[in-house]
Amino acid sequence: MSFRSAVITFPGSNCDRDMADALEKIAGAAPFRVWHGDADLPDGLDFIALPGGFSYGDYLRSGAMAARSPIMQAVVAAANRGVPVLGVCNGFQVLTESGLLPGALLRNAGMNFVCRNVRLSVANNQSLFTSGYDAGAEIVIPVAHHDGNYFADDAALDRLEGEGRVAFRYAEAVNGSARQIAGVLNAAGNVLGMMPHPERMIEPEQGGTDGRALFESAITALAAG
Amino acid sequence: MKVRVYVSLKNGVLDPQGRAIHHAIEGLGINGVRDVRAGKMIELDVDDSVSDTALEEMASKLLANMVIENYRIERLAA
Repeated sequence: MSFRSAVITFPGSNCDRDMADALEKIAGAAPFRVWHGDADLPDGLDFIALPGGFSYGDYLRSGAMAARSPIMQAVVAAANRGVPVLGVCNGFQVLTESGLLPGALLRNAGMNFVCRNVRLSVANNQSLFTSGYDAGAEIVIPVAHHDGNYFADDAALDRLEGEGRVAFRYAEAVNGSARQIAGVLNAAGNVLGMMPHPERMIEPEQGGTDGRALFESAITALAAG
Repeated sequence: MKVRVYVSLKNGVLDPQGRAIHHAIEGLGINGVRDVRAGKMIELDVDDSVSDTALEEMASKLLANMVIENYRIERLAA
């Protein structure tokens, strides 16, 4: 059975090709490319990816306009049916703006755009997206963002931690994120948002392959399910 | 009718932009500014028939992100 995935492109997305390339190389099947103005997703999807970039020029707030675009209604509905959804960077911002994930991504505490490889620790290796990592593993994945400073109130942060919904933490100072959070899961565990870019670390030529296990985890979970 | 929606960060939400502005004000040699918080003002031109409820809805669902921001709506006299 081939892996049916989709990559959503918004005006201003710029990591959609990298995401599609990573999915095709790892899953062995090219993802559907879906435009923000489409009302419907292809049937029977196994995986939806919201890529990085600067959708709608980050107007109003990063991810705010994209979260209200026509295709996002279909993505929200699919997520609520249990379809795995991965949002990377701007995709993470879109997921918080759409209400699929709690919290918000604020301007980096240092005000600067941060673009470099960072060390992450795998905080939960029991999820659909992280089962291929060892518990507590330290991995290296690049970040490239201006608004990656994760914020939620203390009660929400306690709940996320208590429920094992922090997937990744920064293992070094990056952007001022609350409790060093780099990636969070929804309550059902089928939606992951993260600022670092796993799709940019899938081949040795990119400087490492630490991002690969994330996609492999989801593919394995599907094959097993 | 003109309507202004003022969007500001909630108390306790870090505002690095406000902090940078604060530093810049100090750079002007002006003292006595204790804190700076940056927000945004969105001006809409709406039909008189647009209800307060509709304005609240657009402010709370789109113009402000209620996780981090508050808003205040002001109808301007024509």
